[in-house]
Amino acid sequence: MSAHHHPPQPMNQKLITPGVLVLLILTGIGVCFAIWRFIFGIGSITNLDNQHPWGIWIAIDVATGVALAAGGFTTAALAHIFHREHYHAVVRPALLTAMLGYTFVGLGLMIDLGRFYNIWHPIVPAMWSGHSVLFEVGLCVMCYLTVLYIEFLPIVCERLEKEERWPRVRVFCMKLNGLVGRIMFFFIIAGVVLSCLHQSSLGNLMVLAPSKMHDLWDTPILSLLFLLSAFAVGFPMVIVESMVASRSFKLKPEMHILSPLAKFVPVLLGIYLGFKVGDLAVRDKLSLIGEGSPQATMFVVEMVFGVIAPFIMLLFARVRKSPTGLFIAALMIVLGVALNRINVFLVAFQPLYPQKTYFPSIGEVAVTVGLISLLIFCYRVIVNYFPVISHPGQARAT
Amino acid sequence: MGLSRRGFFHTLGVVGGGTLASATCARASSAGPQRDHSNDMGVLVDVTKCIGCRRCEYACQEAAGFDPPDIESFEDKSVFDEQRRPVARSHTVINRYSRPDGSGPVYNKFNCLHCLDPACASACLVSAFTKNDTGPVVYDPSRCMGCRYCMVACPFEIPTYDYDYPLTPQVRKCNLCAHRVPSEQELPACVKICPAEVMTYGRRGDLLELAHERIANNPDVYIDHIYGEHEAGGTSWMWISNVPFEEIGFHKVDSKAPPRRTEAIQHGVFKNFLPPLMWYGLLGAAMWLTRPEKNDESKEGDQHAEVQS
Ligand code: SF4
Ligand code: SF4
Repeated sequence: MSAHHHPPQPMNQKLITPGVLVLLILTGIGVCFAIWRFIFGIGSITNLDNQHPWGIWIAIDVATGVALAAGGFTTAALAHIFHREHYHAVVRPALLTAMLGYTFVGLGLMIDLGRFYNIWHPIVPAMWSGHSVLFEVGLCVMCYLTVLYIEFLPIVCERLEKEERWPRVRVFCMKLNGLVGRIMFFFIIAGVVLSCLHQSSLGNLMVLAPSKMHDLWDTPILSLLFLLSAFAVGFPMVIVESMVASRSFKLKPEMHILSPLAKFVPVLLGIYLGFKVGDLAVRDKLSLIGEGSPQATMFVVEMVFGVIAPFIMLLFARVRKSPTGLFIAALMIVLGVALNRINVFLVAFQPLYPQKTYFPSIGEVAVTVGLISLLIFCYRVIVNYFPVISHPGQARAT
Repeated sequence: MGLSRRGFFHTLGVVGGGTLASATCARASSAGPQRDHSNDMGVLVDVTKCIGCRRCEYACQEAAGFDPPDIESFEDKSVFDEQRRPVARSHTVINRYSRPDGSGPVYNKFNCLHCLDPACASACLVSAFTKNDTGPVVYDPSRCMGCRYCMVACPFEIPTYDYDYPLTPQVRKCNLCAHRVPSEQELPACVKICPAEVMTYGRRGDLLELAHERIANNPDVYIDHIYGEHEAGGTSWMWISNVPFEEIGFHKVDSKAPPRRTEAIQHGVFKNFLPPLMWYGLLGAAMWLTRPEKNDESKEGDQHAEVQS
């Protein structure tokens, strides 16, 4: 019952550190390029063309962003649906990551969409197209983002309840918190259902383009593989984040929660690995691994360093109990799933009439790096002022 | 935070109703690719007749309102040194191919094939691409969000994009002159201008008959393949040729329309919204069953399941 012993507290540390300054500079550079895009068009700062309609803004900002936000629904399921109370302490940080992650998916989309001001069109019933995979993804993501904001409300309320300066706000927040708390279970389950739906559909997107997909990834069960990898990456992402946060706030890593959490990972990762290999075997495409193409190389890197190696590492209790070992293994999984999304959306995508090969431009990289920096900065600001992180070693604010 | 049992089931019921309602709407808008397309208007291209004059490129640019340069400038043959693709300002292009035996060039025409079961329309999340009852696959820029998924999806890599427009970019492709051929008596611009009668505009059923007839009557000229009869589930534009299509810039494309792949999966997952609802129910049940019994540390009374967030 660590949640009861150490309720989440604002970190209340100095906000601006050298690291934070770097984040802000990177954000500034990204913003400049983004402004450029809105004045001169997508073509002016990207390497996209008619043969490569999607670049890293979709593969990283959107697809990878959604995958790495999976910690939100996996921890919610573990702690709230299956009532593993021991893990309550990781739910709030994971929820915050998911909320920020999906918000930034939306921001990234606003930059990538040619007619960004029409982003709300999928909610107009007259334009609905139930056969479109992207429609399903879009609608689920919009609903889930709403759910995430609602799930985050108690954190905001808890903070404002303590605000002596605004008595009216305090009363309102207490009432709101009570109300939201009573119906929270509904949103928690809805969040998990919505996540499962769009995490998988995101994979189904590329199933529509069989003639352009490299055979290693062109499978009708791509949606299932996306879902299983989202399950597998949720906890590792939480582990990486928690350890990075502990380090940056100069606290001890919470191994008493993270080590047991890591026990689930080999199981989930093993299931993913099984399906991934089984899929290749059933489609009789295993031999492609050795074909020596750039695609095959990327596939091997993705599987060996992103799945197989961390899977083996985490089977050993010694690794799970060592902060360094656990961190490395979890980070490998996170990077492996990120690489998988990049592989599916960029590396496997082979135009029929290529005029050139796609490689992200400086502008694309700058915008992506800027978005990620801004996300990390927001995370830091929020955990600093709102009760997100529960940590035994942290200074108690009253 | 506590929650009462009654509230729990009540809310479950409300969700159920809501999702069912939206399920009906989602089903109503699903595409109907299986209608009979033999009366759709389409075009048959006979590549053996093309002389590579590129007048169709001129006519197309003019019909699309792009103010093409002088028609004479289209006689420039140096463009054939490269394999070109349709671009935002030119929705059709002619490419030249030399035959292995060196016997004269073959010209091929590229533009949207107006698929019977178009991947671009299945891809679009706001129905900006739709297939008309008369055959053309048309685009409505006012709906478009500019996500470019249609471009990813097209099995022939046809749609192009206004990458340099900051605010009002459009997806551009041939629309079979849907905006200017209101009656069946009129002809699409490229068909009309062609001096060599390469293209025949007509009902798809008739065009297929004509194509089969030509191949049957001249078996030593044509290869026995109508490109577009079955490719990607069939297309409104079709080609006959004296050289294999792989040698004149066409790819082998599976006869199964791409949307049949994704839509089968998607409609399976959403069948009457039952699977998501069942998933919801299962998770709800799990939440209920694994709730901690009379937790000592909980300050809630015993008729409250504890949900802490
Ligand atoms: S060829 Fe491409 S753009 Fe044209 S209708 Fe078919 S899928 Fe759509
Ligand atoms: S770019 Fe426009 S037309 Fe194409 S799929 Fe997206 S919204 Fe639809």
